[in-house]
Amino acid sequence: MSELAHGAGGPIPAAEVPEMELPHPHGWWTTYVFSQDAKVIGIQYSLTALAIGMVALVLSWLMRLQLGFPGIFSFIDPHAYYQFITMHGMIMVVYLLTALFLGGFGNYLIPLMVGARDMVFPFVNMLSYWIYLLAVLVLVASFFVPGGPTGAGWTLYPPQAILSGTPGRDWGIVLMLLSLCLFIVGFTMGGLNYVVTVLQARTRGMTLMRMPLTVWGIFTATVMALLAFPALFVGAVMMLLDRLLGTSFFMPTLVEMGQQLRYGGGSPILFQHLFWFFGHPEVYIVALPAFGIVSDLISTHARRNIFGYRMMVWAIVIIGALSFVVWAHHMYVSGMNPWFGFFFATTTLIIAIPTAIKVYNWLLTLWRGNIHLNVPMLFALGFIVTFVNGGLTGLFLGNVVVDVPLSDTMFVVAHFHMVMGVAPVMVIFGGIYHWYPKITGRMLDDTMGKVHFWVTFLGAYAIFFPMHYLGLLGVPRRYHEIGETSFVPASAQDLNAFISVVALVVGAAQMLFLFNLFWSLRYGKDSGPNPWRATTLEWQTPETPPGHGNWGRELPVVYRWAYDYAVPGAEQDFVPQNQPLPAPTHIAKGEATA
Amino acid sequence: MTGTLLFFGGLAALALWWLSRQGLGTKPWLETGALGDVPVRGTPVPAAKIGLGMFMAVVAMLLVLLLSAYSMRMEMADWNPPPQPALLWANTTVLVLASVALHRAVRAVRRGRRDAAASALLVGGGASILFVLGQLLAWRELAGAGYLPANNPADAFYYLITALHGLHLVGGLVALGRTGTKLRRAPLVRLQLSLELCASYWHFLLAAWIVLFFTLAFSPPLDWLVALCTAPLR
Repeated sequence: MSELAHGAGGPIPAAEVPEMELPHPHGWWTTYVFSQDAKVIGIQYSLTALAIGMVALVLSWLMRLQLGFPGIFSFIDPHAYYQFITMHGMIMVVYLLTALFLGGFGNYLIPLMVGARDMVFPFVNMLSYWIYLLAVLVLVASFFVPGGPTGAGWTLYPPQAILSGTPGRDWGIVLMLLSLCLFIVGFTMGGLNYVVTVLQARTRGMTLMRMPLTVWGIFTATVMALLAFPALFVGAVMMLLDRLLGTSFFMPTLVEMGQQLRYGGGSPILFQHLFWFFGHPEVYIVALPAFGIVSDLISTHARRNIFGYRMMVWAIVIIGALSFVVWAHHMYVSGMNPWFGFFFATTTLIIAIPTAIKVYNWLLTLWRGNIHLNVPMLFALGFIVTFVNGGLTGLFLGNVVVDVPLSDTMFVVAHFHMVMGVAPVMVIFGGIYHWYPKITGRMLDDTMGKVHFWVTFLGAYAIFFPMHYLGLLGVPRRYHEIGETSFVPASAQDLNAFISVVALVVGAAQMLFLFNLFWSLRYGKDSGPNPWRATTLEWQTPETPPGHGNWGRELPVVYRWAYDYAVPGAEQDFVPQNQPLPAPTHIAKGEATA
Repeated sequence: MTGTLLFFGGLAALALWWLSRQGLGTKPWLETGALGDVPVRGTPVPAAKIGLGMFMAVVAMLLVLLLSAYSMRMEMADWNPPPQPALLWANTTVLVLASVALHRAVRAVRRGRRDAAASALLVGGGASILFVLGQLLAWRELAGAGYLPANNPADAFYYLITALHGLHLVGGLVALGRTGTKLRRAPLVRLQLSLELCASYWHFLLAAWIVLFFTLAFSPPLDWLVALCTAPLR
C-alpha cells in the first residue's frame, strides 16, 4: 500500500506539515505501559472502559434480578438496589461510552485518519489515560469502603445525595465526586490533544472537507465535551464542599429526624442546571462519534459514497451547537417558568431536523448500494433502527405536556436506553469488528460475531420495547419493588420477569464477544492490510498493525475525499484517499450531478 | 445562566466564523485528485498556542459557569455578601505588574536579550507568588472577621472562586518555573514560544481576575442584561 502512497505520480513530499519529534520508547514499559503512542493509549482506554463496563453490566443483571423476581434475592435490599442503579448509570454513560468513543476510538483513529504520526502532545495524552485509570480506580474503590458506593441515582441530585438516608453518604458520594473531577481533568488533557491534532496535524491535502465523518464526529464531540464537562466539574466541586466543609451551595435549610441541620440557603435547582448543562450535551458527545463512525461503516460496507457529505458535516456541527440550549428539558418537573418550558421544548424539537437529515442520508447511501451484510454492517444497520426508535420516543418526552405524566416512569428508562444506551453500543461493537483487523492484523470470528449481533439486537428489543409499555402503565423507575399498586395490573410483573430473563441472555452474549476478542487475537484469520477494501488513510499504512509513527519514512499525501467507492471507470471499486491517479473527470462530474 | 449562554454564543460565533473560512461549502466529491486542488496553508501556528487557546476557553467556561451560579444565587432574597478586603486592590495591582513583566520578558527575548528576559521573568514570577500570598492573607482577614465558608453561600462562593482562580495561577507558575530553568540553555525560538505561552496565560488570568473581582466586590446588578435577553419572550 505504501507504493500507492509514494510511488505513482512521482515523489511529492508532504511538506506542508512539519515533521514532529516522536518520543521513542526505550523498552517494554515505555512501549506497552507508559506509552506515548496514541494507538497504545487508545487500546488502553478501550480495554479499561470495557473492563469497567463489565462491572456495570453485572450491576444491571442484579437490578433486573430484583425487578423480575422481587423478594427472592435477599442480598438485594433497597440500599443495594439504589447503589446498583447509580453505579450502573454513571459507569455506562461516563466511564464506558465517553471514554471509549473519545479516548479509545479518538486516540486510535484520529492520527491515522488525518495522516498524522501521533497526537500533537503525546506526553499529555499519556497523562490523560493514567488520570482516567485513576478515576476508574477511585470509583471502583467506592465499592469497598464502609457504607458502599453512593445510591443517589446517576444524577446525584442534592440535597438527598448527601443526606444521611442515602446509601453511601459517608464515603461513596465523596469518592464518586472525586472520581468525576479526576475524569474531567484527564479528559480535558486528552480532549485538547484530539482537537489540536485535527486542527494542526492533518497531512498535506487533508482539508477539513476531506476528513472522514468519523473524525468530524469525534472532533465535534470533543469540542462539546471540553465545554460541557466544566459544568459537571463545578457542580461536583461545589457538592464536595457541601459534603466535606459544610458549605451550602446546594443545600437548603433542612430538618432531618427532628433536628435542624447546619445547612441553609443553598439552591438544589442550581445543581440541576449545572448537571444538565453537562448532561444533555453528554448525550450528543456520545451520539456524534457514533454518527460519524456509522457513516463510515455504511459507506464502506455498502460500497457507496456517503450521500450528502456536506449536509452530514453541517448536521454534526449544528447538532453540536443546538445541544447546548436544550438542557432544561430534563427539568420540566422541577418547576420552571412556562416560557422556559416552551423555549426548551422548541429547541429540543428543532434538533430532530439535522438528526433526521442524517438518518435520511444513511438510508440514501444504502439505497441501491452493494450491501455486504457482514458483522460491522449488521451493527450499523442495527444502530440506525434503534436510534430512530429511541429518537421518536424523544419527540414524546421533549414536549412538556407529554413529559409531565411520563416523567420518572419506565418509559423514560426505555427511551434513553434505546437512544443512548443500545444505539451507541451497537456502533461501538460495529467499530470494533471493523477496525480490529487494523489493530491486530487478524479478523474477528464471523460466526461468533453474527451470533453476538443477533442475540444483542433482538434481545435489546425484547428488553426495551415492553418497557415502554410498562412506563405507559405508570410503572415508576428507580423503585426497588412496587408491590400492590392499584393502577398496575399483576401481568406487569410477568413482563418484568420476561425482561429480566432476556437481559441475562443478552448479557451472556457479551461474554461471547469478549471471548471472540481474545480468541481471534490468536486464531483469527489473517486480515491483510485492508480487508474491507476501504478508502480512508488508516487502511493504507505501510505496516499492519501500524508501527510507531504510523507512516514509515514519509507522510501520506491526500488527493481526494474519503468516499470514492464504486467510481465508474476506476480499476477497483474503491480509490484510496492517497491515490494520486485522478478518476476520469467526465465520469466523476457526471456521478456528482446524478 | 444568561452569562453562560452569552459566553457560549460568543464561542459559537467564533467557531462559526472559523468554520466559514474552512471551505465547508466545497464539494469534495468533485475534487478529482490533482494536487493543485489543495489549498496551501499559511505558516502554521504552533500547536502549543492553539492548545493553550483551547485550554483558556475551557477555563473561561469553568469561570463563567461559576459566575452564572453566583448570579443565580445572588437573586435570592437572603443574599448577604461578605465585605471585600482592601487588600484585593493591592493584589490586583500586583497581578497587573506580573502580567506586564511577562509581556516585557517576551519582548526582550524577541530581541534576543536573555538577561533582560530573565529579570523580567523573575519579576513576573515573584509578583505572581506575591499575588497568591496576598489572596491567602485576604482569606485570613475574612476568616478572622468571622466570614467562613460554612456560614452562608455568599462567603462560600467567595472562597471557591478565588481558590479556583488561584489554583490556575499556581499551575501557571509551574510552567513558568520550567521555562525559567531552561532560560540559559534553550534555543531562542523555543524560549520565545514558552514565554509567549506564559504571557498569554497570565494576561488571560488577569482578565479573568478583573471580571471575578468586579463581580465579587460590586455585585453589579445585571438585570438590564437579563431584561435585554429575555425581551423577545415577553
